[in-house]
Amino acid sequence: MENKTFYNESLTEHNVHPYHKHALEGATMALEGVNPSCGDDIVLLLKMDGNRIADASFQGDGCAISQASADMMLDLIIGKDREEALRLADIFLRMIQGKASAEELEELEESSVLSDVAHMPARVKCACLGWHTVKEMLEKKKDE
Amino acid sequence: MNVNKIRADFPLLAGQDLIYLDNAATSQKPSCVLAAEREFYEKYNANPFRGLYDLSEQATERYEEARAVVQRFLGAREAAEIVFTRNATEGLNLVAYSLGSLLLQPGDEIVISIMEHHSNLLPWQQAAQRTGAVLKYVECTQEGRLTPADVEQALTDRTRIVSITQMSNVLGWVNDVKAIAALCHRRGIVLVADGAQSVPHMPVNVAELDVDFLSFSGHKMLAPMGIGALYGKREWLEKMPPFLTGGEMIESVTRTGATYAEVPHKFEAGTVNAAGAYALGEAIRYLEGIGFDEITRREDELTALAMEEMKKLPFVRVLGSEDPKEHHGILSFAVKDVHPHDVAAILSADRIAVRAGHHCAQPLLAHLKTPSTTRASLAFYNTEDEVRALTESLKTLRRRMGYGE
Repeated sequence: MENKTFYNESLTEHNVHPYHKHALEGATMALEGVNPSCGDDIVLLLKMDGNRIADASFQGDGCAISQASADMMLDLIIGKDREEALRLADIFLRMIQGKASAEELEELEESSVLSDVAHMPARVKCACLGWHTVKEMLEKKKDE
Repeated sequence: MNVNKIRADFPLLAGQDLIYLDNAATSQKPSCVLAAEREFYEKYNANPFRGLYDLSEQATERYEEARAVVQRFLGAREAAEIVFTRNATEGLNLVAYSLGSLLLQPGDEIVISIMEHHSNLLPWQQAAQRTGAVLKYVECTQEGRLTPADVEQALTDRTRIVSITQMSNVLGWVNDVKAIAALCHRRGIVLVADGAQSVPHMPVNVAELDVDFLSFSGHKMLAPMGIGALYGKREWLEKMPPFLTGGEMIESVTRTGATYAEVPHKFEAGTVNAAGAYALGEAIRYLEGIGFDEITRREDELTALAMEEMKKLPFVRVLGSEDPKEHHGILSFAVKDVHPHDVAAILSADRIAVRAGHHCAQPLLAHLKTPSTTRASLAFYNTEDEVRALTESLKTLRRRMGYGE
């Protein structure tokens, strides 16, 4: 049967073989993110080097959208500094509301495949789980 | 039964390219029910019980006729034992609140089963908190079985109320409510039954079961949303304090007190859903026209076919009994490695509507060590082709999610 679903190769690959789903030695920050509607439950781990996200990973379980989105997100933000990661989070969260420009979507690289979630209200929280979690972590750090 | 002829009665089924397998959540509605709802507003619409003019009296008559239809349908002794509600949830809340207030003292025990829908669980949690009573659970086996003997073991001399579903909305398992009522009554315990899943799919006679209360929803049995009914034995309804208070449920009101109307009106505060009741009456007539023997036979056949096909898929696990006859059209299943919400999304892309999640029964799923499932639930108007479309989709589902097989 032809795969005419939202679950394209990029999404399923990140879900079945996540690159960043592992423990993280020397993590400086950890935060759990929970989406009660799907039962998605992830822990995001960041290793900060000053202002820079030197390394990051996630652990936990959930639906394919939550898992793939978190994995793609980490592809994008590892190596970036805090402000840049927060800027990308802002673009992603606007994309899910259908309010990001084509240029902005390009900046999200592979994560832009999730733009169709804008039409699936029941799955918005799944796609945003990782991004909301990282945003909360980085904004907290900024206040300190 | 000519299924094509029956499907032609359901505008949504006839008008959409959709395989609707979420009947345990809500059923589709036949034209005659939709017409009845409309007919009420076109011909009889006035506020029942209030007006002293013809139209209001006609509205009252249509409403009370519908009550008599439900009475006959459930085998209640008198129409006054039928309280119209919004749905099964409201009826269960009514009983938990009013009967709880009447009977429960600190240290008394309420017994429910682990397979309850949240609507037959949270009202009792609340009643326990309000009265100081203790809420106890009867557990089922990992295959989802629960016997009257299991219930009996949970009873003590402090047990006042047992509330149990007649059919699990997750497993399709039917509890022997008649036997449970009998053993409760031997001890002076009140038995409440949740009929939300059973009443639409099997003959239910409250006199024969000898339950004290039974609550069900119209919308799961072809009627509109927002109408349901609670059966309660008159002796209890008489003694219980009102649940909601307001208009049309009183005899007289003074600044400091009130005397309440006779049952069932004491429990029907505010303007009632008379059009809904009228349409529920029509839904019951439609179901009786097909006949529950035929409905059960048809749903059992479809369930057996679905389970036979699912058994061929090693990565699909159906929760509950291995015997299709114990599922009554309800099949909750897990697909290896794939989250139920992803299963439902893929099936949706194939135009198949199923439910995914915890089915408002989180304690049951925790007990079965399955955080959530996908649920296909069948109705008599489903077809063999629809069931096969589901299992065909499941065949390729793991591959479409990026797994090798």
